[in-house]
Amino acid sequence: MTKPQDLAQLLETLCPMFMLLDDKGLIQKVGPTLQKLRPDTPLIGKSFLDVFQLIRPRTITTIPALMSMAGAKLHLKFHDEPRTALKGLVAPLPDGGGAVINLSFGISILDAVRDYALTSADFSGTDLAIELLYLVEAKSAAMEASRSLNLRLQGAMLAAEEQAYTDTLTGLKNRRAMDHMLAQLSAANATFALMHLDLDFFKSVNDRLGHAAGDYVLQQAAQIMVEETRSNDMVARVGGDEFVIIFKGLTQEEILSSIADRLIKRLNEPMMFEQQPCRISASIGTALSTQFETVKAADLLHAADLALYQAKREGRSRHRLYSSLSQART
Amino acid sequence: MGHLMHGLINRAIQSFVCATYGQSCWLRVTEAARLGFVEFEAMLTYEDDVLFRVLEALSAELGRPQSEILEDVGTYLVSHPNMEGLRRLLRFGGVSYVEFLHSLDDLPDRVRLAVSDLTLPALELRELSVTEYQLLCHPGLSGYASVMVGVLRAMADDYGALVMLSEDGQQDRAEVISIMLVETAFAEGRHFDLGARNE
Repeated sequence: MTKPQDLAQLLETLCPMFMLLDDKGLIQKVGPTLQKLRPDTPLIGKSFLDVFQLIRPRTITTIPALMSMAGAKLHLKFHDEPRTALKGLVAPLPDGGGAVINLSFGISILDAVRDYALTSADFSGTDLAIELLYLVEAKSAAMEASRSLNLRLQGAMLAAEEQAYTDTLTGLKNRRAMDHMLAQLSAANATFALMHLDLDFFKSVNDRLGHAAGDYVLQQAAQIMVEETRSNDMVARVGGDEFVIIFKGLTQEEILSSIADRLIKRLNEPMMFEQQPCRISASIGTALSTQFETVKAADLLHAADLALYQAKREGRSRHRLYSSLSQART
Repeated sequence: MGHLMHGLINRAIQSFVCATYGQSCWLRVTEAARLGFVEFEAMLTYEDDVLFRVLEALSAELGRPQSEILEDVGTYLVSHPNMEGLRRLLRFGGVSYVEFLHSLDDLPDRVRLAVSDLTLPALELRELSVTEYQLLCHPGLSGYASVMVGVLRAMADDYGALVMLSEDGQQDRAEVISIMLVETAFAEGRHFDLGARNE
């Protein structure tokens, strides 16, 4: 059998975090890396159990019990700060001559290299510690790159949404789409009618029956507007319960009035949401591009608005033409 | 042909051009290369002819041969403050320059551990004597050896070693870099602290 002195030399090369204990549990030799963790406290001569607390198995509180743990994995911590967690393995020497305990950091290695300023030279050449540290840094760099890609993609998605022309709740066109369409029609000096439709009592449905009911009512109303118009008319949701319908090439007021009346009639019918009737109605104002010498989107919207307010003033659920207002320019 | 290039490589070139020659130079290069965009994404892949076009345009813009530019890319990857993370990863290769050289055989595997879909061609270190080495850069990535010369030179500075490097033609399709170690502890070198990772 090798002498303890030779054994210590061997261990220093192979496991720089070993301890050689005598039969009473006093530390006889310490590996250089382990001593580096307590630079101001010589570990030699101290009792193992005074330096370390056994976390698992907890039942071990005496040296004989420790010596009987051959081959079992130990979890321990320093008694004093920093209380670095360590893993250990006990190998008793023959004939009750003490034991060798080899320690390693396990997952605490990340903090340990910083807390104790460890270098590659503090680890045995076969230890995977350096590879683990490498991997942690490499993975966090890769994660960071992925994270920044995700952030940019999210930004691009938001920008794309902003540029969209569709109202996601109803599937109708949105205000942006309407603005574009009006700009186009004005530029072409086209002939068209603009209907501004406002749902009456929508707020009370929302307040009484909740947002889900409100959303349902908006979707049903949108459906009705699509059904009651031609496929090349544009129906847009331009506010919470406000809609604009643009009729290209249509300026006959009788036809527009009959469309508006049909819309109001259908929107007046109660909609059932989860066995609850939701009652709304609609007020509509209509203006024609032909009522202006040069067509400007803002003028036409304003004219339709005036007609809409007249409809509201007269008690809602009705349609008014801009041409019928006293201040109308004809 | 028709291979995909990992965006990290394209992104590295972009980062090098922007840091060294400025954003406007990069914009001119992307235009001349007909990219249709100005930002490479590190975590996406690109058809490999995209990078060829960028390198051609860059070489024309700067009036310098591609091999020279790629060598500078290698140096940039190690020595620029932008790339401190990469320098640290390379320093994990060993405590001395010679240990680092020996770790290069594992470099493609280390890279794959970090980014599983980034495949670099094999590297093979041959030790001719204690001061003379050859690094064989196996085929698969055009300009690989030029970048590696830059990396080896900058890492020598990092370790404080004095070396002479030269590209020495081909051996069995692999490009050969000759490394002559003049002095291993020539200068102080830069500090490497294992635990100094960023929070």
